[in-house]
Amino acid sequence: MTNTVTKEPLNYLNHETGLWSWLTSTDHKRIGLLYMYSITVFFCVAAILGLLMRIEKMAPGQTIMTAQTYNGMFTIHGIIMIFIVVIPGLAAVFGNIFLPIMIGAKDVAFPKLNLFSWYLFMTGAMLGLYSQFANGHSPDTGWTFYVPYSAEASSNVVVALTAAFVLGFASILTGLNFIVTIHRMRAPGMTWFRMPLFPWSLYATAWIQLLATPIVGITLLMVIAERTLHIGFFDPSLGGDPVLYQHLFWIYSHPAVYVMILPAMGVVTEIFPTFSQKPVFGYVPIVFSSMAIALVGYFVWGHHMFTSGMSYESRWFFSFLTFLVAIPSAIKVFNWLSTMYGGSVDLKPPLLFAISFIFLFTIGGFTGLALGSLATNIQLHNTEFVVAHFHYIIFGGMGFAFFAAIHYWFPKIYGRMYSFKWANISWGFLFVGFNLLYFPLFIVGIQGMPRRYFDYDPKFQLGEALSTIGAFILIIGLIGMITNLIYHSRRGAIAPANPWHGVTLEWQIPSPPPHENFDEIPVITHEPYRFDHPHTN
Amino acid sequence: MSTTEHSEHIDSDTGKLGMWLFLFTELFLFGGLFIVYAVMRSKYAADFHHAALELNAFIGATNTVVLLVSSMTVAMSLTAIQQKKAGKAMGLLLITLILAGVFMVNKYFEWGHKFEIHLYPGSDVMKSMPHGEIMFFGLYYMMTGLHAIHVIIGGILLTVVIFKINSGKINAEHYLLQENSALYWHLVDLIWIFLFPLLYLIT
Repeated sequence: MTNTVTKEPLNYLNHETGLWSWLTSTDHKRIGLLYMYSITVFFCVAAILGLLMRIEKMAPGQTIMTAQTYNGMFTIHGIIMIFIVVIPGLAAVFGNIFLPIMIGAKDVAFPKLNLFSWYLFMTGAMLGLYSQFANGHSPDTGWTFYVPYSAEASSNVVVALTAAFVLGFASILTGLNFIVTIHRMRAPGMTWFRMPLFPWSLYATAWIQLLATPIVGITLLMVIAERTLHIGFFDPSLGGDPVLYQHLFWIYSHPAVYVMILPAMGVVTEIFPTFSQKPVFGYVPIVFSSMAIALVGYFVWGHHMFTSGMSYESRWFFSFLTFLVAIPSAIKVFNWLSTMYGGSVDLKPPLLFAISFIFLFTIGGFTGLALGSLATNIQLHNTEFVVAHFHYIIFGGMGFAFFAAIHYWFPKIYGRMYSFKWANISWGFLFVGFNLLYFPLFIVGIQGMPRRYFDYDPKFQLGEALSTIGAFILIIGLIGMITNLIYHSRRGAIAPANPWHGVTLEWQIPSPPPHENFDEIPVITHEPYRFDHPHTN
Repeated sequence: MSTTEHSEHIDSDTGKLGMWLFLFTELFLFGGLFIVYAVMRSKYAADFHHAALELNAFIGATNTVVLLVSSMTVAMSLTAIQQKKAGKAMGLLLITLILAGVFMVNKYFEWGHKFEIHLYPGSDVMKSMPHGEIMFFGLYYMMTGLHAIHVIIGGILLTVVIFKINSGKINAEHYLLQENSALYWHLVDLIWIFLFPLLYLIT
């Protein structure tokens, strides 16, 4: 760093300026922000597609788009949201910015690889966009690329598959970087059980990224080979097996759900102790439940395929494991609630989002059990009940945790404070809009409304129309929240180094953090979350 | 970039841990194909038996020996650089590259022969074969093809290492890149050790 004296103290945002300094920066905080900005743009695009789909379903019959357009839209909505937004989301943004700081390191283990991962991510994202708009043939396979349709559909499926493959590679490299960082870069004295719980959740996540993603990589390559070379692994007329594709796809794509949700759990686990000013309840069980979710979550993929043709034995086996994975998730919910119990609870926006996370995630979790049991699954499979369920987990869970995280760490990232009033109002719109958007879909789903249809029987109109109204309310909330954050990232009141009286390491350094985080690497002498203890430094 | 203060040299244990994790992902990548192989073999045991007889076990065995020897030379080159014998290290890497070339030439003739008799996915000959044999040759092309790509990547890595030894960037103190490239080369060898019996020997 230079010794020039400026008005503002030097930090990672202003020590170098210009677009080029951002595009070539190997600083983990800047890379995290690059991810955040690009992911936000993609999220807005996919959210608008979602709104358009809801408008289409305002009334029965064709409203604003043809069936084929609708098919393309739910496919691209799914591809963007799953592969570009929620899978990288929390880990790539807040993991990048805060993992090194929270373990007392100056950067990740491989800073250049980290930047390379972002470029890979952008390449994959651009390929994904290209597949949508090139030649006017957007893929209409759904984000799951099920064969035989994906092997035959005359659309840009190969490009979309390649995009998913490249995005997977970026995800692997990020996971690899985090595992090595956590193993090798912890500050002196930070033993495994003195590590905060967000890094722990990233550690569990990274192992899933590392061990599950290659499977979907090779599977996507097989579909590409199927389309271009007529290899035929999934083509029954050549001796192949379409159900084999579903197995290989879900071997990755179910663990991917835990890639989304584990960091979300990690974020709220940081927020509850801070806003209760009380140590987290059950540190060790939370650690082990994260690892248990990662481990058991690897073996439940078959529950996506109960109606696809599997032996009775494998069906009850997968159903049993699905119920098993609910246990560590429930342990965490009890821990969060017990952390708040008896604490001095301060209902600031981050806690508001974190509490709504518990509420929405619990609804998503319980409806997941309805889908995981064999008898009810037959009725609910491929209905809008499934759509409602996974939006409660992915959007209500991961999405609201992301909102909680940005409201929690915003003052640290920008050194400025957003408006609490606007954050609370936006939260109200988001929470009401979200529930109005997705809860009716549970009911029409149970009544038999299938997913992925652009039209429906008039008897479902009440539920579908309510859902569309919810979508508008949700979008208003999103606009309010994003405006509040963008506006105050430059013009907000100057935030102190530790506005929430947090005790983890990121709150012990200035806001925004200096370029290399710590002038002196801290020495850790006790476990995290000790609010009675005077902070070191 | 000029003002970044991150140290240019990643410490060796950290670098190696990263490489080992990456190698795990490579194993899982091939693992997906091994799963397909296992499923198809149990479904079409007799067809796999017939199809495997078509492969030339002699070429396969030759290539196995070639790769095993190349793994030895790459390991020897690492010992050489640690003993400050840069010239010897480069020579041994060159032998490794030549052996990689021999492997690819053999592969070229093997694939070429199959293409001559129209034995490739999508051909009329292949379409008229029993289902299990179509699956076997599909796996044969996919597995050996993906492996050949890895041979090429490994070859490129080793070439870079030779240039860096020549310019002194890799030396007796800093040889992480060479060590990691050697690990990668051993992986290429290891995967072949599994492909060879699965495709050529089990009939």
